[in-house]
Amino acid sequence: MISERLLGILLESFWQILLPGLAVTIPLTAVSFFFAMVIAVLTAMVQFAKVPVLRHVARFYIWVARGTPLLVQLFVVFYGLPDLGILLEPIPAAIIVFSLNEGAYCAETVRAALEAVPPGQMEAGRCVGMSYLQVMRCVVLPQAMRIAFPSLSNSLIAMVKDTSLASNITVTEMFMETRRIASANTEFLGLYIEVGLIYLLFCTVLTKLQRVVERRLGSYGGPAGR
Amino acid sequence: MLEVRGLRKSFDGQEVLRGVDLRVNRGDVVAILGSSGSGKTTLLRCLNFLERSDGGEMRFDGTWFQMARMSKQDIAQLRAKTAFVFQDYNLFRNKTALQNVALGLTVARRMPKREAQALGRQLLAKVGLADRAEHYPSQLSGGQQQRVAIARALATNPEILYFDEPTSALDPERTGEVLAVMRELAEEGRTMLVVTHELGFARQAASQAIFLEGGEVVEAGPARAFFDHPQQGRTQAFLRGIQPVG
Ligand SMILES: Nc1ncnc2c1ncn2[C@@H]1O[C@H](COP(=O)(O)OP(=O)(O)O)[C@@H](O)[C@H]1O
Ligand SMILES: [Mg+2]
Repeated sequence: MISERLLGILLESFWQILLPGLAVTIPLTAVSFFFAMVIAVLTAMVQFAKVPVLRHVARFYIWVARGTPLLVQLFVVFYGLPDLGILLEPIPAAIIVFSLNEGAYCAETVRAALEAVPPGQMEAGRCVGMSYLQVMRCVVLPQAMRIAFPSLSNSLIAMVKDTSLASNITVTEMFMETRRIASANTEFLGLYIEVGLIYLLFCTVLTKLQRVVERRLGSYGGPAGR
Repeated sequence: MLEVRGLRKSFDGQEVLRGVDLRVNRGDVVAILGSSGSGKTTLLRCLNFLERSDGGEMRFDGTWFQMARMSKQDIAQLRAKTAFVFQDYNLFRNKTALQNVALGLTVARRMPKREAQALGRQLLAKVGLADRAEHYPSQLSGGQQQRVAIARALATNPEILYFDEPTSALDPERTGEVLAVMRELAEEGRTMLVVTHELGFARQAASQAIFLEGGEVVEAGPARAFFDHPQQGRTQAFLRGIQPVG
């Protein structure tokens, strides 16, 4: 049974939790995802184009970033790097780690999507006189990003939830705030369920948004989702 | 305008082109015939450097090139004078018909968009698709897609057009509309190299014909003599075999 006291706490804390959600969790996700996409496209391209040396650097980066826990990466960068004299504020540290981590996963998505674009697209582009990079930019990459879109959307949604880990490096995002409130009034179950519901709300909105955008993008005149 | 000597190409140690010689004069329409696997596609791809040859020389507009050691710049220059029509069209899927035709002009040639689009519409009209300019490839039939591809090939006003079995991916009812466009190009005096199984078209439109087998030119010559009095037994057998029954 939800007591009147608990209900009051939940109502009051809802805004207290939502605020850092809007002010920290969402911007942190958005900025990190933006950099992740830049990293992902570059990393995927050097592999797809088989650029010497860089493609091996890309493989190594993906291997490390995907093979170690996100939480460990956060600790290494925030608590570990100061040993080398590199001191980062919590939010920049979080952005760096989330971008690099997510970038590695998305790079694989983008690379697979690039490979799914028929090679004839590149050949046709070369035959009308465009350079490799021009065909990439105008023809292959746009098609690949369309193919990758649903999968990248899932990665974005996963990232919203993963930002809760940033509470471990003193970023005052949603979950950090919830922990603070909960330890003050000891309503752990209610508050943790509440913050869970707020994450659920964010992800639901993103999922709906994904559908809308996907429909808008269409698939170049073909039936949607092709 | 185009001459090739001793063109060789192997895939994984298997020789697919065994020293092909070829000579194309301006205004020629050359039909390349041969059964499946004889190396026709590979030949065209080597001519346009979609595939790198292992050996051979090429003269284009008076300049001789070593085909196996051609620089990127030379390839780019050569491609600017050639165009390729693929068996499966290869239209840019993310672009409308008009954009497909104009893209090479705006991006590679830096032609102003307005100008490129005007030219694109003109070329779409030429292939009978003026009313399909805003359609995406997925909204067009195979025959329409191939005609857009031909318009795209014409956009850069190439000196020579390569066609790789342009109608073999089409329903029989659709091949006519594509062949009609190609016939028109032949009549305009365009230089064309056409791999085809359409003997009727080849007889009617080609000025030269080549029969390829096992990566070698078995017979080549003026089209009329080639079709009416083939000299080689293998050519005769091939031409008989491909005749429509009845
Ligand atoms: N990329 C490739 N890799 C390996 N073998 C190939 C490749 N392309 C063509 N071949 C082989 O070369 C031979 C000639 O192929 P192709 O030029 O496509 O013949 P055609 O167009 O006359 O049917 C075939 O045996 C084919 O299997
Ligand atoms: Mg072929």
